[in-house]
Amino acid sequence: MANGEPSTATGYLYYPGCSLKGTGIAYEESLLTLFRLLELPVTELTDWNCCGATTYMSSDERDAQLLAARNLSLARQAGGADVLAPCNACYLTLRKCVDFCKKYKSVADDVHSYLEDAHLPTLQDVAIRHPLEVLYTDVGVERLRAGVVRKWPGGPVACYYGCQAVRPYTEVDRESNPMRMDEILNAVGVPTVPYALKTKCCGASHTGTIRDVGVRLSYILLREAARQQAKAVAVICPLCQFNLDLYQAEMRRSDPSLPELPIIYLTQILGWALGGDPKDLGVQRCVSGANTVRQWFTSEKGAPVHV
Amino acid sequence: MKRHIKYQVDAQADWGAMVGEQPGCERLFSCIQCGTCSGTCPVSIYMDLSPRRIMALVREGFRDDALASKTIWLCASCYSCSVACPQKISVTDVMYALKREALSKGILPKDLAIPVLAQEFCSMVSKTGRNSEFWLVLRVALRTNPFALFTMLPVAWNLMRTGRLPLGREAIVRKWELPARAAAKGVR
Repeated sequence: MANGEPSTATGYLYYPGCSLKGTGIAYEESLLTLFRLLELPVTELTDWNCCGATTYMSSDERDAQLLAARNLSLARQAGGADVLAPCNACYLTLRKCVDFCKKYKSVADDVHSYLEDAHLPTLQDVAIRHPLEVLYTDVGVERLRAGVVRKWPGGPVACYYGCQAVRPYTEVDRESNPMRMDEILNAVGVPTVPYALKTKCCGASHTGTIRDVGVRLSYILLREAARQQAKAVAVICPLCQFNLDLYQAEMRRSDPSLPELPIIYLTQILGWALGGDPKDLGVQRCVSGANTVRQWFTSEKGAPVHV
Repeated sequence: MKRHIKYQVDAQADWGAMVGEQPGCERLFSCIQCGTCSGTCPVSIYMDLSPRRIMALVREGFRDDALASKTIWLCASCYSCSVACPQKISVTDVMYALKREALSKGILPKDLAIPVLAQEFCSMVSKTGRNSEFWLVLRVALRTNPFALFTMLPVAWNLMRTGRLPLGREAIVRKWELPARAAAKGVR
């Protein structure tokens, strides 16, 4: 590919990351369904590799950047369309690589010589986008509002953005009190509650390694959401969903007063509001509040409304 | 609170500067010890040394204290300190630099599974290019506390019955393009 050749690709290059093929598969299902409903073409990036997450950076700085760089290079090979990275950790990691290549010559040189060794195209400007940002900027709140065919039968929702989507290197939303997810959900008829902890860390992988600490962080998030009278939590990161969803039963053993809160992806709610099939959106994969989720997503109130 | 008296002879004066040379750590020496990092950190209450103290220790060259702390491993990379720091120090990147050195020198706090997770994750991803969640958790548990697997059973069951726990080993096709392999072939 010649240098400076403008990108001819349309749509988005989907970079799933490891979680969206496993524990976060409902995020993939709902994202692809939603983008199909919105008629936005999405192609999965061929032979993508793990972004390296936060863990690789703790062990080997150079290889961590190189792992991220390979994906960006593949995106260029595939035509250079915007990369869609739904996992907050992937999103941050890929963008950090771009940022560091610009700021530090040593990182840029390492990336350059690695890509040469691996016979991969050198990096060019590739935009890395998060679905929330795409939905807000490219699609727009008005188009989402206009596409609604179902009335939300559930209660108010706490929008939990997670930490890495709105921290350095981001364009998802502002770092303090982000509101884009709230705006989008309000537009499609889903009430949201004020939620001060919307960008506080969920505990990330600590739930698996230093469980007391990790589960405690997630518990505080849910306790606050419940006290704000939220009946569910909307998320945009597979690890946030995992922690808040899978450890709720354990939290309730130490605090039985914690209500069962479904942890639903933004893309599931939107996909459903826009007429998607609940099965295609993976709503049956929710663990906490599974009955509530089933009720909401199959209720009569949720039957198509005239628009 | 217990006070720790530090003596200059125990410090390695140039070590702090070496940390400050790593990408992302260049503003280390502009720290004003305001404690905003500790105040904003969601896990600081579980740390043996607060992030502010780590910054002070690193700057002065108290390498062993900083590297042996649990703090660096408890940092979950949420970056709240980095965005809140009035001096624009990426505290998260300083923590990363310390984790890397602790890991490469084998200076690790006892009974902490987090560095083991880092080792196993990197070993898996460097070879296959992907993270197979099930196998990663299994390998970390077998190396740290196999009995913990029993406490994980309810979570594993809930994942399995909802189709969220693939048991296969994921891998990319063109493994020769991975950094570890490409370096062996090319001249770097």
